Amino acid sequence: MFAYLVRRLFLMLVTLFGISVVIFFLLRIVPGNIVDILFAAAGYVDPADKANLEKELGIDQPLIVQYWHWISGFLRGDFGYSYVSEKPALQEILPRIPITARLAGLALLFSASIGIPLGVISAVKQGTRLDYALRVVSLSGLSLPSFWLGLLILTASVAMFGQMPIFNPNPQTWLEAFATYAVPAAAVGFRSAALTMRITRSSMLEVLRQDYIRTARAKGASDAAVNYHHALKNAILPVITVIGIEAAFLIGGLIVTETVFNIPGVARFLVEAIRWRDYPIVQNLVMFIAVVVVFANFTVDMLYAVFDPRIRYTD
Amino acid sequence: MRSVRALAATAALSLLAFSTIAVAGEPKQGGILRMYHRDSPGNASIHEGATYSLNVPFMPVFNNLVIYKQDEAQNRMDNIVPELAESWAWVNDNKTLTFKLRQGVKWHDGKPFTSADVKCTFDMLMGKAQQKFRQNPRKTWYEQVNDVSTNGDFEVSFNLKRPQPSLLALLASGYTPVYPCHVSPGDMRTHPIGTGPFKFVEFKANESIKLTRNTDYWRKGRPYLDGIEFTIIPNRSTAILAFVAGKFDMTFPTEVSIPLLKDVKSQDPSAVCVVEPNNVATNIIVNSTAAPFDNADIRKAMALALDRKAFINIMFEGQGDIGGTMEPAPAGLWAMPKEMLESIPGYGPDVNANREQAKKLMQKAGYGPDKHLAVKISTRNIPVYRDPAVILIDQLKSIYIDGELDVVETANWFPKVARKDYMLGLNLTGNAVDDPDQSFYENYSCGSERNYTNYCNKEIEKLFDVQSQETDIAKRKKLVWEIDKKLQEDVARPIIFHARTGTCWKPYVKGVTVMSNSSYNGYRYEDVWMDK
Repeated sequence: MFAYLVRRLFLMLVTLFGISVVIFFLLRIVPGNIVDILFAAAGYVDPADKANLEKELGIDQPLIVQYWHWISGFLRGDFGYSYVSEKPALQEILPRIPITARLAGLALLFSASIGIPLGVISAVKQGTRLDYALRVVSLSGLSLPSFWLGLLILTASVAMFGQMPIFNPNPQTWLEAFATYAVPAAAVGFRSAALTMRITRSSMLEVLRQDYIRTARAKGASDAAVNYHHALKNAILPVITVIGIEAAFLIGGLIVTETVFNIPGVARFLVEAIRWRDYPIVQNLVMFIAVVVVFANFTVDMLYAVFDPRIRYTD
Repeated sequence: MRSVRALAATAALSLLAFSTIAVAGEPKQGGILRMYHRDSPGNASIHEGATYSLNVPFMPVFNNLVIYKQDEAQNRMDNIVPELAESWAWVNDNKTLTFKLRQGVKWHDGKPFTSADVKCTFDMLMGKAQQKFRQNPRKTWYEQVNDVSTNGDFEVSFNLKRPQPSLLALLASGYTPVYPCHVSPGDMRTHPIGTGPFKFVEFKANESIKLTRNTDYWRKGRPYLDGIEFTIIPNRSTAILAFVAGKFDMTFPTEVSIPLLKDVKSQDPSAVCVVEPNNVATNIIVNSTAAPFDNADIRKAMALALDRKAFINIMFEGQGDIGGTMEPAPAGLWAMPKEMLESIPGYGPDVNANREQAKKLMQKAGYGPDKHLAVKISTRNIPVYRDPAVILIDQLKSIYIDGELDVVETANWFPKVARKDYMLGLNLTGNAVDDPDQSFYENYSCGSERNYTNYCNKEIEKLFDVQSQETDIAKRKKLVWEIDKKLQEDVARPIIFHARTGTCWKPYVKGVTVMSNSSYNGYRYEDVWMDK
């Protein structure tokens, strides 16, 4: 197990190094840089002023030198300065992380707490009206884009209640806090909940057909014991895998949701930083996301062993 | 019938507006004005920017020497009032403009304001100071200024190479704040210090901008508001919904499009909304240095093919204006008379006749029904650019030109235009001041940074100088009309239309004036108050 862990950690480092190279050079391939955008905002381009600014920001240097500056700084904990705000990149990124983390955590919680029970019910009640209804719900969850769902929620809130669940940085009441995070989390989590529901259903159906389930029933075990103790425990592994993958994909949905609900999280910030070609922000933020995703995958693999004692990692 | 209804509605709205003013009462102190912002400005330094994304939130931090009266919608020479200057005088055969400065004014950090600050600011703008702006988009405004000299702490003179009456108009723009000498240009980008009615509190990129009341403001009793908070919401649907739901007291100025205005009024009938022209012209930039538009006949044919009314009807439900370079009347002060405008090729009311003429020119250039000319029409990836470009492609079909849309990211737009890597471009030009000097020199003079097409006509440039020195307004107007007509006939940068846009606020917000001939000069907010 120890050797496995060491190998996994080494592979994680190699992956992160590869990601850093890809992020850095892909960002430079995108046409235009921060200077072009600053001059676009100023409405003119002066080649001499442009050259001065490129020199000031260090983006006139060879790419390999720029990469070395970034990666060596990153390893030392020096994340550089945002080209746009001229503030330390870390100071810009850090306050936004808890916002997105709360939103993502709540969305995943929403996904698991809605998706798994409804998936189980759908499987247990296979072929009934309830099953069909739940399958329609899950299909709609997979079909509705989160930005559309978000706008629908906002429009309906304004039309029906004259209120709008827009981000409130300092919620005073529980209701305000709920409105701040729960509604957007539901908007973005609906898709994952639908996916979780479908995976849980199919995985449960497969397990429910197994001989040992029939044996359990023959031994007189109650429906609840069979469904939740015997079946779900064995059906949960693919569900955990999906939730793990969804955690990585969630950032895509959050970009749209944070934009629609005007939430100042890292996802929206990343898009803005890309628009401005604010390299220090984009590079460090994507690296941060990469670290989270790589560790999320690692955690999922470790959870396999917790949920299924038959799985033991060896050399 | 429709026009009768429109007239009745206008009359009713006017009456409503009048009665609102009549019962408005005495201004009250207090309250934070909450407004959404359309996007995150790059920085906080007005002198380094050319977008009103920057003016709107940061103009309240500053004062100019002089400014256009903030409670009149139209910017005119006769409604320029003192700010940091108490008075001014033209001397030395109109070659020196001297300002007496206000005494006892303090910067927001407590340091005293003096004539040295004025000299510093303009030396930097002219590129003569040791400290430089990163970007200096309006350097050309001061080309006629030899130097700025001080006489004691409270007098300053602009010494000109030749008379330039419009200098006063340029100094009155929201783009011309006075900066402090003791704060570096870099610091002004992140934490601006001014003498204005509101102090800068914080600017969180993509999140918010906060200003607070300057309790030490030299204009006693102002501002009325305790502060202004801008929440940055790039998604327009979300922003408008938030305004309707009461999260904001006011929309971002001129950001409510004509179709959206209907939504706002239907969801929040109490909202006060105004629609004004804003001196932003949608135009075509023509690369006349390369084929096919190096051929004057093809350029002229393109100008003849334009159906300007169709653009306005499709995009703004008829609410827009047709004109030349200078903003159309009555909002614009320098617009050509209608009959003169209609004598320009392509401006005549009979679109079919214009297009028949255009077809003949195209045939002369070797194109026709069997041989179409293929062109690329480049534009920025923003709806206000893309939509008219699509209509332009449709209209050019009628004269054997097959257009292909080439959408360019903002980052690449100016570099692409600068290296002449385009055939036709769909462009928007906002004029900071409704004055020919600003528009002509900035957009059409040989070598100007913002003359994107590098249009260069020495004969017309001589006329730029003649009108610029003319002190008789009537004579100057005639010269300006001549120049504008020639610019259109030369197809230098064909103007398609001048847009109008909406601004809305809640009925308890008082003292808002939306400028009708500039998008850049009306955001001091010291007269705004809330009846709450």
